[in-house]
Amino acid sequence: MATSATPIPQIAAHSAGREEQGWTSWLTTVDHKRIGILYMVTTFVFFLLGGVEALLIRLQLGAANNNLVTPEVYNQLFTLHGTTMIFLFVVPMMAGLANYMVPLLIGARDMAFPRLNALSYWLFLAGGVVFYASLFFSPPEAGWISTVPLSTSTYLPNGGVDAWIFLIHLTGLSSLLGAINFYATIVNMRAPGMSWSRLPLFCWSILTYALLLIVAIPVIAGAVTLLLTDRHFGTHFYDPSNGGSPLLWQHLFWFFGHPEVYIMVLPGFGVVSEVLPVFARKPIFGYKAIAAATVLIAFLGLLTWAHHMFTTPTPLVVLIFVMISSFLIAVPTGVKIFNWIGTLWSGTIEFTTALLFCVGFIAVFVVGGITGVFLAIFPVDWQLNDTYFVVAHLHYVLVGGSVFTIFAAIYYWFPKITGRMLSERIGRWSFATMFIGMNVTFLIQHSLGLDGMPRRVYEYDNIGHLQLYNQISTVGSFILALGVLLTVVNVLRSLKNGAVAGPDPWRGNTLEWFTSSPPPVNNFDVIPRVRSLEPMKDIRREVERRTGTGAAAEAGAVPGAVA
Amino acid sequence: MRRPTPNSPGRKLTIACGVAACAALIAAPQALAGIVTPEAGGSPNADEIANLYNITLYIALVIFVGVEGTLIYALYKFRARKGAVPAQIHGNTSLEIGWTVGAAVVLLLLSVVTFVKLDAIRKPPNSGSGGLSLASNAIYATSETLLPPNGRSLRIKVNGQQYVWRYTYPGGKNPDGLDAPYSYEEMVVPTDTTVTLDINSQDVVHSWWIPQLGGKFQAVPGYTNHTWFKISKPGFYRGQCAFLCGRLHANMLAVVHAVPPAEYEAWVAQRSKDLAAADAAAQASRTALSKQSGAASVQNP
Repeated sequence: MATSATPIPQIAAHSAGREEQGWTSWLTTVDHKRIGILYMVTTFVFFLLGGVEALLIRLQLGAANNNLVTPEVYNQLFTLHGTTMIFLFVVPMMAGLANYMVPLLIGARDMAFPRLNALSYWLFLAGGVVFYASLFFSPPEAGWISTVPLSTSTYLPNGGVDAWIFLIHLTGLSSLLGAINFYATIVNMRAPGMSWSRLPLFCWSILTYALLLIVAIPVIAGAVTLLLTDRHFGTHFYDPSNGGSPLLWQHLFWFFGHPEVYIMVLPGFGVVSEVLPVFARKPIFGYKAIAAATVLIAFLGLLTWAHHMFTTPTPLVVLIFVMISSFLIAVPTGVKIFNWIGTLWSGTIEFTTALLFCVGFIAVFVVGGITGVFLAIFPVDWQLNDTYFVVAHLHYVLVGGSVFTIFAAIYYWFPKITGRMLSERIGRWSFATMFIGMNVTFLIQHSLGLDGMPRRVYEYDNIGHLQLYNQISTVGSFILALGVLLTVVNVLRSLKNGAVAGPDPWRGNTLEWFTSSPPPVNNFDVIPRVRSLEPMKDIRREVERRTGTGAAAEAGAVPGAVA
Repeated sequence: MRRPTPNSPGRKLTIACGVAACAALIAAPQALAGIVTPEAGGSPNADEIANLYNITLYIALVIFVGVEGTLIYALYKFRARKGAVPAQIHGNTSLEIGWTVGAAVVLLLLSVVTFVKLDAIRKPPNSGSGGLSLASNAIYATSETLLPPNGRSLRIKVNGQQYVWRYTYPGGKNPDGLDAPYSYEEMVVPTDTTVTLDINSQDVVHSWWIPQLGGKFQAVPGYTNHTWFKISKPGFYRGQCAFLCGRLHANMLAVVHAVPPAEYEAWVAQRSKDLAAADAAAQASRTALSKQSGAASVQNP
């Protein structure tokens, strides 16, 4: 870190009670920080599992007409991979991050409902365990979208789909309770002076994430309940020969499934909006526009679900409506990207690993956004839908929008969570490897789709360049995996041997840096009055004023400096 | 920084690069089909989709280069250096309104282009003069079942089942249509003739897709989906099921075999004859089996 003339405030936050010790304390904890850590560690384990499944998929596709896995196992692999990454990694990882950071960012001592918070985590874990228990019996093989009639008991009578249904119910309930908790916390527990226009953008994104979950989760919960009763209790909700409708499933699923995309990327947008200003040393460009764009994306995201259904028997008027609403989403999304570049513009950019991941996210997400416009044009989608072009698009959106931003958050907040710095050197290598690996894996998949390769096929004939393209993609996936592994090594190394971080190693802007690292159970002794979007800048200025410029204020504890 | 003057080598190089890039882009679709553009060339709707895709691609490339270029420039230009002071700007309302409107205008443009192209992609044209002569089936037209302007198309029923496509052709003599000629996997069609497809499924969701003949359409049990194609060049057009339909989804192939109309008529006639013969043979062996087992009174309907 560049040494700075501005003194860094040392905060004397003391633990209010004795810290709980031992492994049982992790089972009984209701502290938002511990729950956050539980979430993040658990989801990362699922991330690694999902990654291994992805590598197996890529190995199978590494050669034309390959026989590495059977068609049955292949279908199980992509079902596990998709479901794991979405329901057991990205969404709960965002919940974990938000759990740890939101109370700190808004100057609260905990979440609004600490016990409910713990329940959220344990429900999530139960969902993951139930789902992965199916590995020992028969994992589901209908894809993460479990489209009926394939997922009904006529075609998949074994318990795999049921395990998937229970996962949706349990993680859904977990997300729903968590969302209510986040909403209540952000609305009610902000520090004095933190008006809506001073709310950190990460909290805006979590507020929106919570609202989307509250709207979307009940719909999928209902949809899978109907599937469950169709499978076991003789109902016919999705059975066309008894007056049911397979299209009903697609509508209900995607009414949840599309907002789910924004549930997965909006918190990442929030992370980027926190990290960029810190390392560009410049206020966020167009705060109000970014906050408004977040809410607008969420609203429009509720109107576009049928763009996943452009090839179903659907009236023209619906196709046109959904095309236009999908186009409209590109506007606030574009606004955000321009605002982030505006934040970098005229700044003094420090290339920390966290910033690199944010910038890598912008670079990659632009591609995902642009290919999204192709897919929104429904006649073009008729060609691209359900091909590898879509696989490429969604991974540009999610590896960029979610994985890269999650890694940015890890590098940015690891010092706060553990009190130790991660190695910047390993971090930069990890970023470079992941960035290259990601692009090698997924850029070529656009061509695979354009060359006629559908999704979810366990084998293909070597027509045209299909085998070559697939091999490039397979090589890329291993480069990407190496990059992830470097960060795992980095984290494990730094937990014991990392440099001690101190309360504010990055000279951050927001309140989490106004307490020790890691923060005590009560977070803050004194909650400062917030006077701007960047309260730490005000606090540092105040420290400067009291101690005289240039004086090292390492020892000068100023609790509630501007209170 | 030195600004290139109108005649400087830098300026010339920029122009040359620009011209080369434009030329490459114009030449691209032919050379790069299947790499950066979708497959086409079998049917006018596929060609129009590829065309719409290409227009979008050009606009997208400009935006891609613009945004990524600005990002890279900003990262390079504004990296932290000794003595550099970050500008404490909070925003710029007119600039922000400008790029919001700019993004909206680009998307408006894309909407207009799509609407202009839409009819050529969705609505089947009349068969060509060299096509099969057909009776009008205008009575079948609904808002979803699009037919050519003169109401004459060859209607083929496409039925998806795990893991094969079954095609039923017009030409049954019984009112119930059960004796209509049919085939599996390979669909034989006449050239220069508008073929309209009624797509459905008898088990799970499938998706009909022959890349060179236009987009894909899901076969959903309980529903009928529609598309069309009109092939001018005889030959084989290959595709496969595009929606996960079970373990052997990857092996559910489809081929459209386009032949001259006379050859098609001969094929259908032969096919009907073969099917009738096979039915008769089956009936005969059923009768023989019934007699053998002594259940002479059992009649197969």
